[in-house]
Amino acid sequence: MSTKTIVSAAYVAGAVAAALSTASLVTTTGAVAQEKEKCYGVSMAGKNDCAAGPGTSCAGTSTVDYQGNSWTYVDAGTCMDIDLPDGRMGSLEPLDRDLPA
Amino acid sequence: MPDSGHESAFSTAIRDPYVPTPGGVISAFGGVPAKRFDVYRNNVTVSLVKALAEIFPAVSRIVGEQRFADLARLFVRENPPKSPLLFRYGREFPAFIESFAPARSMPYLADVARLERAWLDAFHAADAAPLSPQSLAAIPPDNLPIARFVAHPAAALTRSPFAAVTIFHTNREERTGQRIDAGIAENGLVTRPGHDVVVRSVPAGTAAFLNALLTDDTLAEAASKATAEDAEFDLSAAIGLMLESGVFAAIESG
Repeated sequence: MSTKTIVSAAYVAGAVAAALSTASLVTTTGAVAQEKEKCYGVSMAGKNDCAAGPGTSCAGTSTVDYQGNSWTYVDAGTCMDIDLPDGRMGSLEPLDRDLPA
Repeated sequence: MPDSGHESAFSTAIRDPYVPTPGGVISAFGGVPAKRFDVYRNNVTVSLVKALAEIFPAVSRIVGEQRFADLARLFVRENPPKSPLLFRYGREFPAFIESFAPARSMPYLADVARLERAWLDAFHAADAAPLSPQSLAAIPPDNLPIARFVAHPAAALTRSPFAAVTIFHTNREERTGQRIDAGIAENGLVTRPGHDVVVRSVPAGTAAFLNALLTDDTLAEAASKATAEDAEFDLSAAIGLMLESGVFAAIESG
């Protein structure tokens, strides 16, 4: 990061002008606020977007805990579809070292 | 707070089922109400574990619900909420994942969690109109190099050596069957130009550019940092993306 590149004022101004000349830009940014509105009550069952997160009105209040204390359950997910850089694959198997007491 | 020792004993016991019911807890029926305290303790932990699952749905899907609950329970024990607002919980969760040895086979997990936390912060951020192209056009060309910008309240940038953005989207949208190369570095740009939070992957140069602007560098300083980091950096495209995504709310005056 020690390399310092000198950027000329003309280059910056030219780039801004080029960016602004992209016609679609004005319409997309200008229209966003008007285009979208909050829409309630249209989500499919089980797919309602509890986007606001926990502690909001859409969060449930379960009182039942899982008794799980192992890392052996494997739920369907995409972990196994993810390739790691050194050719290893994502693993759903817990490692048997450094486990918490 | 007349009795802080009592309070801290209570708050420790409320998070750890192996700690006995603290003294001073009484029941209307007399005796030490260990069972009732256990119910209360369980509800506190379960609600926090559930909160984490709702804040980090992609992480939960990747590791599986059951194991996520196990991981979350360990986190909850060490990290009581700092805010009464539950949707602010879990800020330390990504770092916790990083330090958790059994999760090391999924090194991208912490960065996916960072994106998820940023997503919810963006969702709850104050409304603000993104910087308009018109206000950028109004700056005299000679002043453009020294222009600085005010960050939009919802904007956040995460840099990752892993394909965190692709993994985030794949799991948030519950897609399957698509192989992901986790080794492709992705920089996540989180914005909310309107009502919806948008998470996109941006090239390294653009990330360096936006990061510099977000930390109050001028346009020229940011452009030179971006070019130094990424020879392919396209300033015009980056400015276009910056306007379109709504990273900034205004131009800093003066």
